[in-house]
This record gives sequence, C-alpha cells and structure tokens, in this order.
Amino acid sequence: MARDKHPPETLRDHLKAETGIDVRTCYQCGKCSAGCPMAEEMSLRTHEIVRLFGDNRLERLLQDDSIWLCLSCETCSGRCPNACEPAQVIDHLREIAGQQRGALGPRKVRAFHQAFLKQIYAHGRVFELGLVMGYKLRTGAFFSDITVAPGIFTRGKLSLRPHRIEAIAEVRQIFERCGVWDSPPGEDEA
Amino acid sequence: MGGVGVFVCHCGENIGKSVDCVRVAEALRQHPGVSHAVDYKYMCSEPGQALMRQAIQEKGLDAVVVAACSPHMHEKTFRKAMAAAGMNPFLCEMANIREHCSWIHDDREEATQKAIALTTSTVERVRHNRALETIRIPIERRALVIGGGVAGIQAALDIAEAGYEVLLVERQPSIGGHMSALSETFPTLDCSQCILTPRMVEVAQHPKIRLLAYAEVEELSGYVGNFVATIRRKARSVIAERCNGCGACLERCPVKKIPNEFEQGMGKRSAIYVPFPQAVPNIPTIDREGCLRFKARARGSTKEPCGKCVEACGRDAIDFDQSDEIITEKIGAVVVATGYELYRIAQDQPPESPQLQGYGEYGYGEVPDVIDGLHFERLASASGPTGGKILRPSDGREPKTVAFLQCIGSRDPAKGMAYCSKICCMYVAKHATLYAHKVHDGQPVVFYMDVRAGGKGYEEFVRRTIVEDRAQYIRGRVSRLYRAGDKVRLHAFDTLSAEPVILDADMVVLATAVRPRSDARALAQRLQISTDENGFFREAHPKLRPVETNTAGVFLAGACQAPRDIPDSVAMASAVAGKVVGLFAKEMLEREPIVAMVQAQLCIGCFNCERACPYGAIEHVTLDDHGATREVARVNPGKCMGCGTCQAICRSKCVELEGYTDEQIFAAIMGL
Amino acid sequence: MKRVGFYPGCTFRSTAKEYDMSLLPVLERLGIEVVELPDWSCCGATSAHVTQELLSVALPARNLAIAEAQGFDTILAPCAACFSRLAVAQRKMAERPALAQRVQEILDRPFGNSVKVINITDFLISHLTEIGASVTTPLQGMKLACYYGCLLVRPHGVAHSDDPEVPTSMERIVAATKATPVKWNMALECCGGGMSFARTGSVIRLGRAIVDDARAAGAQALVVGCPMCHNNLDLRQKAMEKGRETKPPIPILFISQVVGLAMGMAPKSLGANLHFVSTRDFMETLARLDRALPETATHKATNKEVG
Repeated sequence: MARDKHPPETLRDHLKAETGIDVRTCYQCGKCSAGCPMAEEMSLRTHEIVRLFGDNRLERLLQDDSIWLCLSCETCSGRCPNACEPAQVIDHLREIAGQQRGALGPRKVRAFHQAFLKQIYAHGRVFELGLVMGYKLRTGAFFSDITVAPGIFTRGKLSLRPHRIEAIAEVRQIFERCGVWDSPPGEDEA
Repeated sequence: MGGVGVFVCHCGENIGKSVDCVRVAEALRQHPGVSHAVDYKYMCSEPGQALMRQAIQEKGLDAVVVAACSPHMHEKTFRKAMAAAGMNPFLCEMANIREHCSWIHDDREEATQKAIALTTSTVERVRHNRALETIRIPIERRALVIGGGVAGIQAALDIAEAGYEVLLVERQPSIGGHMSALSETFPTLDCSQCILTPRMVEVAQHPKIRLLAYAEVEELSGYVGNFVATIRRKARSVIAERCNGCGACLERCPVKKIPNEFEQGMGKRSAIYVPFPQAVPNIPTIDREGCLRFKARARGSTKEPCGKCVEACGRDAIDFDQSDEIITEKIGAVVVATGYELYRIAQDQPPESPQLQGYGEYGYGEVPDVIDGLHFERLASASGPTGGKILRPSDGREPKTVAFLQCIGSRDPAKGMAYCSKICCMYVAKHATLYAHKVHDGQPVVFYMDVRAGGKGYEEFVRRTIVEDRAQYIRGRVSRLYRAGDKVRLHAFDTLSAEPVILDADMVVLATAVRPRSDARALAQRLQISTDENGFFREAHPKLRPVETNTAGVFLAGACQAPRDIPDSVAMASAVAGKVVGLFAKEMLEREPIVAMVQAQLCIGCFNCERACPYGAIEHVTLDDHGATREVARVNPGKCMGCGTCQAICRSKCVELEGYTDEQIFAAIMGL
Repeated sequence: MKRVGFYPGCTFRSTAKEYDMSLLPVLERLGIEVVELPDWSCCGATSAHVTQELLSVALPARNLAIAEAQGFDTILAPCAACFSRLAVAQRKMAERPALAQRVQEILDRPFGNSVKVINITDFLISHLTEIGASVTTPLQGMKLACYYGCLLVRPHGVAHSDDPEVPTSMERIVAATKATPVKWNMALECCGGGMSFARTGSVIRLGRAIVDDARAAGAQALVVGCPMCHNNLDLRQKAMEKGRETKPPIPILFISQVVGLAMGMAPKSLGANLHFVSTRDFMETLARLDRALPETATHKATNKEVG
C-alpha cells in the first residue's frame, strides 16, 4: 500500500518495519496484564503500555519505570490472541529509552545492566564477583545480600579471578560496531 | 436498414469522468457495420431503454452493443429491453467500459482510446451472435430439508404450508437440534422446549411433510429442479409402524450407564433409548455399541444375550435384524439447515481443522468444574440431569461463585478463529440471570471484552442482568485458570479499574466458539456447495444473496452458514422457504442458453471434457456414423453451467459454447 | 561416544557449580561426549536484550558462528536463559534477512546460521530410553515438583518441542528415574529472572508463591533446569520466610542431579552439599528407601516352577 512507502515515523510504524509486529491488532483485552507476574508492582500495566505505544506516547512511557520491571518471561506474548508480542514491544521501548539519555529507568535496574555489560566488554564472560562489585559501587547497596555473601564463597561458587577469553577484541568490536559504547562507562557514571 | 446499434452510457460521472463518451459514440459511428451510435447519461434508466427500443424499431437493427457497466450489473436489463422491442435478447452484448476502463484509469485520453477499442471489439463479436432460445426445464416440486433443528423445522413448515411436499431428513433419532437442549431462550426467557415442541409435533403431523429422522443424505446428484437424493435410513432396530412410544423397553433395558449425548454426558441413558422425553418421533433407537446383543454379535458370538426389550414390548416392534435402508427421491430444491457445533478447548483438535489450537492456559478441558455453555443449559433445564438445579459436576454442591468467560476461541486469531460467534454475549447474560435467580446467594461474575447485544430487546436484557440480577461484569480476559483446593482459581485483570483480579470460583462456564460441524466440509462436497475460510457454508453473496449458494437450487438456513441466534435462524428459514416456493411456483425453470454443444461427427470420444467438467454435464451417447458406431460426448443442457472448460480442453475442437464460439471470440480479439 | 557441542554459560562453573558437577558425569554415563565451544563468550543474557536488539543477537551469533566452524549442527545449552538467547538469535536471523545481514557485517566471521540450539529438557527427552536403561538406584516414589520457569517453554516458536501451557518433558524424565512428579500449579510462573539484585523483593515474592505451591502439593524437592531459577529459589529461599512462621524448606535440585542420583552417583559428587537450602533431609530419606531394582521376570518365573 502507498502508505507503507513513507519512512517510519511513529513507534508503531518503526516496530512494524523492524520486526513485523503490528500493535494495531491489539484490542485491549487485558489478558497480558492478567498473566503478568509484575502487574501488581507496575504503575503502567502491559496492556496500557501497548496502548500508549500504539498512540505514540513515548514521553509518557519513558516517564514511567514500568517498562524496566518487565521480566521478559514471555507469558504475555504466549497468550496474546492477536500475537502483538507485548514483551517485544517493551524491549523495543527499553532500547529507545537507552538511546535517549534522559530516560533511563530505575537506578538499581539500570546499574545492574550496565555492570553486567561491562563485564562482558572487559572479559568476554561475566565474572560474577566483578559484576556484584560493579553493581554495588553503582548503587551504594553495600549491605544488602551481606548475609548470603559468605555462603557463596565458602561453597566455592565464586571465583576470585576473572577468566578473560582470548578473542576479547572480537567481543569488544561487537559492542563498538553495535554502537553501544566506544569504551565502557566509568564506575561513577550513573 | 440493419446493422449494429451502439449505445454509450456516461453512467453519470462514473464513466463520463474518465472517458469521453461523446467521442466514443462518434468513433463507433464511423465503424463499418455500425448503423447507429449514440451516447446517453444513464442507459439503464427508462428513457435510456426507450432510446434503445426506438432505435431498434426505426432502424431495424440486427444487433445491439451497450457500452456501459459490467454485464453482472445490467446485462439482464438490456436483454429485457431487447425482448420488449421484439428482438432476441441474445443479440445484445455489453462492452464493459466502467469496471474495465473508467474505474481503473486516470488518463482521459488513454481511457477513451481503450473504451473505443473495447466497444469496437464487442461490435465485431456481436456480428457473429445467433438468436438463442431460453432453455426451459421441468421442476420436481418437492423440497429436501437437511437438518431438523429450529431452522429446518421452520423452513419445512413454511414450504409445506404453501402446498408443496417436503422431505425432512435429520441425522439424530429425534428432530429439535440444539434448541431442544436449551433451558430458556433470550431475551424472553421462554422455555425452549415449550416453544419448540409444538412445532416439532406439527412437522410430524403435517400431511405435506415426510419426516425421516435417524437418516442421512448420502448423495445428491442432478441440478436445480431435478435433483436426485440418495438417503440412508439408519436402522433403529425398532419397527416404527408398530411402536406406540410406550417406553417399556427403555425401562427394562439392563444397560443404563451410557453417557447421554443430549445431556452433554452429565446424565445416563440406556442402550435402547429415546434422547429426551419430548422426542419427535417418539420411537426408541438401539445404540448398537451399547446393546449387549449387538456387542455379542460384533464379537462373533452365536449366543443372543438379553432381549429384555423384546420381552417388554407389547407390540413386537423390536427387530434386531433390521438393516439400513437406502432410498432415492426426486427433489426440486434443497435446504441445508444442519446447524453448528461448539469448539472444545482440548489439546486434540479435529484433524479437519489443523489451524485450531486448544487452551492450555485453561487446562485443555481437564480441570473439573470447568464446563461450556451447553453443559450449563442442561444443568439449568428442569428436565436435565440435576432437575434444573445448578450443581457442580465434581461434587454435586451448589456453587456460590460462578465465573462466565466470554470469547473462548472466538475473536482469537492465535487459536485459529478470528470471527465473533455472535450469540455468546447474550447467552452468557442469560446464564448469569438464570444462575442468580436459582441460587439466591450466588454471585455470577462475567469476564468479557465487549458486550454485543444488537438484537431487539437484547441491550435491555443485558442491562437487567447487570443492574437487577447483580451480575458482576469485569472487562478483561482471564490469563489462566487452575484447580486450587476445591475451587478454580482465575487470574484476570479489570482493565476498566486497572486492578488485577484473582478469583476463586466454584464453577467456570466457558462461552466457546460456534463452529461449523466437523462433517460440514464433507457434506459440502456431497452437495457441491462451497465453504468459507472458517468452514461455514458459503452464501452466494454476503449482502444481497445470503440464503442462496452458488449452486442453483441449494439454499442455506440457520447457523450452518454463520453463528446465528434463534430469531435470525427462523427468519432465514422463512426467507429460504420463500425462495423455494418462488422456484416451485414457476411452471418451468428458465435458464440461459449459454450451454456447450458437441459436434458429434467431429468428436473422437476421448472424454477429456467429462474429466474436466465441474458439473458432471457430459454424457456418453452412441453415434451411428455412416454405419460405424462409436461413443461420443453429449452435453446435458440442464446441467451445463456454461463455464467453457470443455471448449478449452477439447482435442478435436468439436465443442463450442453457445454465445462464446471460437468465431465470436476471434472476432472480438481481432476487433481490438 | 556421541559428540555434542556444548555452551556452558557464565554461571555453569561458578554460582551453578552443582549443575556442572552433575551434568557432565550424567552425560558421560549416557555415552555422550560434550565438546565445549572454544573461547565462547557471554550470550548477553537479559542485560543485552533490554539494551539493544542488535547487540542481543550479535553476542549469541558469535557463539553460533564458532559452533558452525567446529562443524556442529546442534549445540546443547544447559542454562535455559543462554539457550533462549541463542535460539532467539537463531530464529530472528532466520526470519529477518536484514537483521542477519547486519549481524554478519558486525561479526567478521563467516556465518550461515545453520546451527540449532537444544535445551536441557529436550536433550534429555531425546535420550529418554538411555536414561531409563541407566537407572540403577531408582528414586522410588520421591515426590518432585518439576519447575520449568519461563524459558524452557516460551516463546513457543523457539522452545518448541513441549506444550507451552501443559509441558510434560521434565515429568517424563523424572518418571524415568522412578520418582513421582507431583501435580502442581506454579510450574510455569516466572521466578524473577535476572532481577535477583535489582529487584530482590520481587524475586522473593514470586519465589515464595512457587515454593509454597510445591510444598502444598506434597513435593519433597523442586527440580529446575536453569541456574537463574536455581539461584532465585535456593539462595533466596531463606529470605522468603521473613515475616512469617517458617515453613519446611524445599531443596532445589537440578534435573541433572536427579538423573545422577538415579544412576547411583553419590550426592556429594553431584554438588548436593553446595546448596543454600540443605539437601540433607532429602538425601537421607532417599537413602532409607529400598532402592533395589525389582526382580527380573525370568527370576520370578523360575521361582514359580520350582515352588
């Protein structure tokens, strides 16, 4: 159709062009929110996120923390009668949010993901001790999990040294070519 | 004077906007053989037709070309006008300069040139037209109604009342269909059987209706007005003429635990049974898979056990040696009223519908106390397995909270059914109302997406259910349900108040999708009609011809064409009866003479045409060719639908379609 | 020995050490040699796909390309999350040629997207007969709740061989060890995934509902196929008891530990003493059961004739 020849402008058009998913098929039945394990903690529920997405309300969506609470459990996508893939819609929003500096979600969630990706960039694999330390430094949450920490060490479940893969340059190149970072963010970067 | 007359229609702006009709007429006036060419605003109007008639009379035209819309629209109109002017109607052809030209082109010059070409081509073609006579065929004035539900019953009665014979064939032992299993009907809350059984009895007693219950149509051959139906009368093992319906055999039968299909498996019946007390005909049937004697025979045993029914019968009406009887009947019109079945949420779906999925999130039908609408109807029925009390199937206790889930299967493209089943919003409201009336401290909860209540009195009915009968309507689909203790737990979300809802219900009723019967496709093939993308029988035109099929003489009534409630099924049945009676009221059936003709001398007897013909219209005849005989093809003009496939496939070029001969077609091509 | 490509994932030798200790011996007993992908890198897990789709496909694609270069047509990823990331990447590239093209440009490695990824339950199911044949100390009716979590069964187009709403593969594996899978309701409810640090409260809430339901169904242990699920339900189980009367703990076992026990392997060798929720009671109950195999049919017949 002539309409689809124009460059994608709206959130809906952009998602459809990239992935083929069309949120217009959503008829707001609420089945996604009904099965969402985080619904009781979210202020914007799954079906509302899809609705606002379809209405191109990016600002409204990024002002809210709800998209960062999604666990990607895919229960919603599995049961949606119209195959709208709400879990993909939310991932798409998270990617857009990451590109816009001003809208980056709750601090702890953001900090975790940054710390995790930094591990991959640094070593090629996640060195868990490094992950935890990086996370704690970003969030200042030094004393939570303190009760379980000794247990992990005594059970030999955390190595004290990271294992760096040989082809680490290849992994770093992936990050750079994806345009995620040119170099990893420093510890103090929020 | 003779010659061809050309009439170019502007069709208001429709053609006139893109095509310069004046120029088209001018161009045609110059064409050799055209003795009259004019343009006019609306050729199909009375003055337009008068122009035609006038020209024909004044100029003694040989043939006429009307350059206008599609023949689908107005070929009939203009041919009638020809006839009115005393000319053979088949000497008139239409050049489609609307759908084929003005509607699809923007460039006025190009469109006009194309219109001139199309009209010229048609002029060249029409010069080879011959006068053809309408074919008249006799009509067998007997109707076959397949299906004895409320639609079939209504159609049969209406046709019979008009004075014509009806053969009503029903596959179950009794007529009545799904309506006889309902408790009360919306919006009046009439007792379903109370309003239906008088009609059922009327059918049985009507002098013009021959009721064949426990029978099936095996084959239908022939064509409109002249069908032959082959019907299998299944053996009840009871001699109908001797049986007086006393019921003694049912009582004496020792096999009493067969799940009763009529009660949706919630009640039991005996091996010799009547499906429900008000059955018509009230003649028992022996279920050969449940009967001890028949089971022994199937094992190969020579012993003849039981026979208690024979002992009980005072009229010697039981006959274990009765077999199926095949009969053939001549039929003029067929009414298909075979109804629907309900979708089941099980993991195993019918193999003829590979696109369907079950609902694992609702337990695939294995969770106790999760039932469907027909189960609920039997619970609510005074003559049902619980005497009209709403009781849980698992433990027989009265449920205090019943959840009703709408749209189970319907409006669910992921499960393979994108359509709306139309009746569920209303019957769910009805169920909620009946439950609230029967269980005074019971709470009905309805989970819905929308409420569709478009019929007369329907909206008011639903409002009463909510306002007066305290039904709680929650807008949101249930994500999953499962057994928690002795309750059924549902995880849902109220999209209007934006709150999660976790409900522990005592019983859940699913409004499952209305589907075509699993054997619908097979029946469609037997009757040579089509099915639509959802498997329902296909109507000839969804807006203007909703009760006809594309096969002349076969009509549709009721839910077999699409989900439909009782008032609309009855209305449709009466509409069909009108069509049938209209057909039968003609003296003879007229049909277009656009039929194929075989030049027998040239036929080499390869019968490719027979293999290709979709209508079974080719016959074998013996030709005496100068002393030597051989088998050649002949087209039956009654069955031939004028598709032209035989003409295309004939090796020796000896078949031609009247009105579409090779001569005519080549002339049209060369005339472009 | 049958060879299968192997993608261990970042937790396999650390926080999910029990999985490593139990899975490799079990596979060896089944006659399967695992060949670890050389120099494999992290699949990106949750953090990649919430940051950028391209990254979330490119990181797993590198590993698929390594597998392809090694000549494998299928690789086993025992961590459900790693499996999901690899399989989703594989499917997205297959369905979206434009995406596949971009990934190819980023990778600098030849890559034909020909490698299939298999998860632990599908893998063990395909060896069900061998598992049954290798059982020497059956688990004799021990009640186990099979917990699939999310990524072993969803998205359905990716984790495809079992029904996403009523799966049976783990139950069939458990049944092969002669343990009894219990009927319970929370088998498919999310444990909280990667939110163990960032939303610990949510993980505890979700985990509590899962463990409570398993307990109510009479389970003596809960069986998992994912290091994240194990972490959330094992390490965080004590915290679930906060603020209420403590309920009897339910140990969390990896499916490979269950199979290993049925093969006669010692609990300690399977890492059973490394759990946070002690497996001691479970192992003691197991030890007290008469776990000899039933008499063979011929032996019985001989007795009959003699007697």
